[in-house]
Amino acid sequence: MTTIIDSAATSDRIARRSLLGDIRSVWMRETLTILRDPFSLIFSLIQPLVFLGLFGPLLSGVAGEDGLGFGSTLQFFLPGVVVMITMFGTSMTGANLQFEIMTGAFERILATPLARPALLIGRALKELTPLVVQALIITLVAVPFGFEFFPGHIVVGLLILGVFGVGVGALSYALAIATRKNEWAFWAVQQSLLFPLLILSGMMLPLETGPEWMQVLSKFNPLTYIVDAERVLFSGTFDDRAVLFGLIAAVVTAAGGLWVGVRTVTKSIL
Amino acid sequence: MIHTEQLTRTFVSGKETVEAVRGIDLDVAAGELVAFLGPNGAGKSTTLRMLTSLLPPTSGNATVAGIDVTADPAGVRSRIGYIGQKDGAGHNYRVWDELLLQGRFYGLSKDRAATRADELLGSLDLEAMKLRKVSTLSGGQKRRLDIALGLIHEPALLFLDEPSTGMDPQNRANLWDHILRLREEFGTTIVLTTHYLEEADTMAERVVVIDHGRIIADDTADALKAEQAGDRISLTIDAADLPTTRDVVGRTGTEVQEAPNAGGVTISFRVDAGPAALPGVLHALGDKGVAVRAATLKQPTLDDVFLNLTGRSLREGAEA
Repeated sequence: MTTIIDSAATSDRIARRSLLGDIRSVWMRETLTILRDPFSLIFSLIQPLVFLGLFGPLLSGVAGEDGLGFGSTLQFFLPGVVVMITMFGTSMTGANLQFEIMTGAFERILATPLARPALLIGRALKELTPLVVQALIITLVAVPFGFEFFPGHIVVGLLILGVFGVGVGALSYALAIATRKNEWAFWAVQQSLLFPLLILSGMMLPLETGPEWMQVLSKFNPLTYIVDAERVLFSGTFDDRAVLFGLIAAVVTAAGGLWVGVRTVTKSIL
Repeated sequence: MIHTEQLTRTFVSGKETVEAVRGIDLDVAAGELVAFLGPNGAGKSTTLRMLTSLLPPTSGNATVAGIDVTADPAGVRSRIGYIGQKDGAGHNYRVWDELLLQGRFYGLSKDRAATRADELLGSLDLEAMKLRKVSTLSGGQKRRLDIALGLIHEPALLFLDEPSTGMDPQNRANLWDHILRLREEFGTTIVLTTHYLEEADTMAERVVVIDHGRIIADDTADALKAEQAGDRISLTIDAADLPTTRDVVGRTGTEVQEAPNAGGVTISFRVDAGPAALPGVLHALGDKGVAVRAATLKQPTLDDVFLNLTGRSLREGAEA
């Protein structure tokens, strides 16, 4: 055989790859689309401010009736917005993938030795990257309006969201592969799952005032536990069972999502 | 480099079971240039996908670059290059970014990936495209970029799935220049699929004809043609000379056919090594006083081989 396959460089290279390195490479490739197109980044940063700017005045009206004060209403509402941005971003992971399935880039990447979970995690992390900046911006903007800022708690909150987001991203990835023959099916499924999940988590409006069937359904929605955990953390508390339940919900979602995702990748025929 | 035993793949869609590949036994030695030839749906691409570990076999086994495809798919993938039918490079990326990241995907260091990317851009005439967005490249440039992506890690074995489909003749020739040079310089083993007869005929040293998921012939293009079709000589003569001609022709040719033709007769027959046989036949006829009005020699194409093997023409089923 030629020197190419027997060279020390080759065997060294084959041994040197690692899951973390693979995740990093995939994440870098995806993140390049943001760096090379800063326009989309600017918009993604403005989006949460729009939510806050439009919902804020309405909330202050509600707050006035309840006599809770605007600060505490924000304390309830803002973590919900952060979770919502996460859900919007990560559930669209598959949309970018579908474009690359269509053009052929996905097949080329599948033919590389990259670990399969890295393909899913790297892509989901890319959707989560702007989230860190988004969350910080809206939190800081909210501070003058009476929002109390707990940096350490927010970091933990974002980590839980990150783990959860990897699971949602992986499921979105699997959905993109399953619906690769008709693009609209991806959006149909994504949209019809996204909104019930958001509403049934009590993210926008508290479910306590809703009918009992909604409260029962919300108990089966992993997002409910994430939202509860974020609310507790954003209000500056670690010592609450909601944080633990949120972490469990995130880990279960991530493990389930990756299992489904990796299976879909290895079983799919493009 | 490649060894397979009864490699089989079936697909189940609804209640139907489709046997795409039915027991392929194949050996490819290092340095060979092999073309899988067959109509669309013959099982060429499915075979290629199993060999590149993109698709697990239903049964049978395959060892590629010394690694079992089922036991260690990632190990196979790190040792081979694969260039698919569609554009490998992401349309929203810059050429340089895609090359560097492809290097990282194969575990190259940043420096090594950059060195390789530079080398490949140079040898594939893509230097000027370095910072261009992939979607702005022409078809031929995109294809060359695909080759660069497939070679970033210097694989000893390269798979190409329908590499020149949809390319104009000039770009196809250019692509082949690059592939052949690669082979000359590095001794890369190359396996490709094609449904272009001319391509398999002129470029590949070994042609594996696949039909209905089976290998139906496996040899050099010349040997296949000689064995399966052979050269045919056709002569047009006066009807009066027919008995003499029959006599002469019968000595060298087989499968003799006769047909009336504009006041004369055309007699055609099969010979081995047509170009060498034709002058001899004409001389012998001249010596006997036969005036030959027209003489043609038809050498077979791989399509004749396929027709002879299957009773069908490859051209009918082939996409333009």
